[in-house]
Amino acid sequence: MTTLLTESSTMVETAVRLDHVTKSFGRSAAAHVVLDDISLNVAPGEFVCLLGASGCGKSTLLNLVAGLDQPTTGTIDVPGGHAALMFQEHALFPWLTAGQNIELALRLRRVPRGERRAEAQRLLELVRLGGAHGKRVHELSGGMRQRVAMARALAQDAKVLLMDEPFAALDAITRDVLHEELIQIWNETGVSVLFVTHNVREAVRLAQRVVLLSSRPGRIAQEWTIDLPQPRRIESSGVADLAVEITDQLRGEIRRHVQH
Amino acid sequence: MSSTDLIKTAAVLTDPSSATDVASVGAGLDALETETVERTPLRQVLTGKVLPPLIAIALVLLVWELAFLAHLKRADLLPSPLDVWNSLHDQWLQGTIGSTIWTSLSRGVLGFLISVVIGTPIGLVVAKVKPVRAAIGPILSGLQSIPSVAWVPAAVIWFGLSNATIYAVVLLGAVPSIANGLVAGVDQVQPIYLRAGRTLGATGLRGIWHVLLPAALPGYIAGLKQGWAFSWRSLMAAELIASSPALGLGLGAQLEFSRENLDMSGVLATIILILVVGIGIELLIFNPIERRVLRSRGLLTARR
Repeated sequence: MTTLLTESSTMVETAVRLDHVTKSFGRSAAAHVVLDDISLNVAPGEFVCLLGASGCGKSTLLNLVAGLDQPTTGTIDVPGGHAALMFQEHALFPWLTAGQNIELALRLRRVPRGERRAEAQRLLELVRLGGAHGKRVHELSGGMRQRVAMARALAQDAKVLLMDEPFAALDAITRDVLHEELIQIWNETGVSVLFVTHNVREAVRLAQRVVLLSSRPGRIAQEWTIDLPQPRRIESSGVADLAVEITDQLRGEIRRHVQH
Repeated sequence: MSSTDLIKTAAVLTDPSSATDVASVGAGLDALETETVERTPLRQVLTGKVLPPLIAIALVLLVWELAFLAHLKRADLLPSPLDVWNSLHDQWLQGTIGSTIWTSLSRGVLGFLISVVIGTPIGLVVAKVKPVRAAIGPILSGLQSIPSVAWVPAAVIWFGLSNATIYAVVLLGAVPSIANGLVAGVDQVQPIYLRAGRTLGATGLRGIWHVLLPAALPGYIAGLKQGWAFSWRSLMAAELIASSPALGLGLGAQLEFSRENLDMSGVLATIILILVVGIGIELLIFNPIERRVLRSRGLLTARR
């Protein structure tokens, strides 16, 4: 019995599993297929970037994994229970302070009242905002807001962190700093990350594995495993070389749509 | 700082493995991008916000006094500001002014609070349940266009000359306005907050309590403010028409009483009292709450 359990748990060595997932919108006759037969595994502690041009269904895919929507066919499995989701906009609640935003996430997870304050403070310090507990959202800069949003996502204590172009609206310098911080937090927490972006360099800068999606419908076109050591620099030649290769593939995928 | 120091700093900055380096760059960015919001100094508030309405009031009084001095109408038809002041002063000396205001104000506040208790769930259901919205949404906004005074005859037939008549008219005026305010507030909530709330586990009633209601609060407060104005207005209409000694002397009844006595100074004095109470509640209660809510969300710093 015990051996059986351990065997099955080693078989389920995955943080997110998508098995032949298809998602279409609209009525079956004129259905608009957004995701077509996606099969993807994210290992525990793995950092995967999903890369694609517009119309590849990246955000739809994250919504499915986050449980905000259901796949048309196929199955999605998140063995750790649930996944935390971070958006391009910070989506922090403006009627709460930075600390209260995190405490609300803890409260909705049913963390006892007495522990919330200290836990929120610990998470704020993790994103280097130890002094921001009482700050209102509008008093924070764009980069600080995304860090609070990151702390709030971590407050959900999920094994999987889904990130939907979280740094796309930030300036390059801030984004660079947040890349480094995300990698540090990923190292410290051991969380699995599924990170969606259309920025090839960002994908290569961050991920252990880059998955390229084709557009309309979204299918997995190609995968790259990246073994450059972290911390990487976005302007380093290793990152640049691979980014050139992936960009060429991405452009090829986009070019296919000219005939249609 | 010597040139060797500069070179050393540059060497440290190019080392990507240093965690403290990223932290300090980040801290520098935070310091650069954080805006400090200053509060408006008191003198500017006085000259910008307090002085203009005072000047406007003074001008109105001046025109009024000039019209009186020019004898546009007989003095008993157009009394001077001083006559109206004396009328108010007499009421003060007789000690009736407080009880008259209190009779109306307590009715207005109670009617308003009952309207909040009834209007809030109605607004929430109309905003969130599509069939209900399709069914009664248009009626709810249509009700707002009926002048409250139109309800008085119906209420008198149903309830006679009683407090029930007065509260019925107040409720019919204020409930639709409060419900509509909440509907508008809910409609204005950015969908991203609801999505974020759902990923955090705020679904069902917890979603309504922790995300939807706080997000809709600015619109809801605007609705409450309008609801108060409607309560007060409806109350005056009801008191004016359904006046009876058994109901006590409110401002509306006093208005009617002054008309019967052809006491124009009394009529104007009562109108001024009605105005002052209505504006006073808005200025002392609703505006500070609204300002606090908007400022805490960073919605007030832009316009000043």
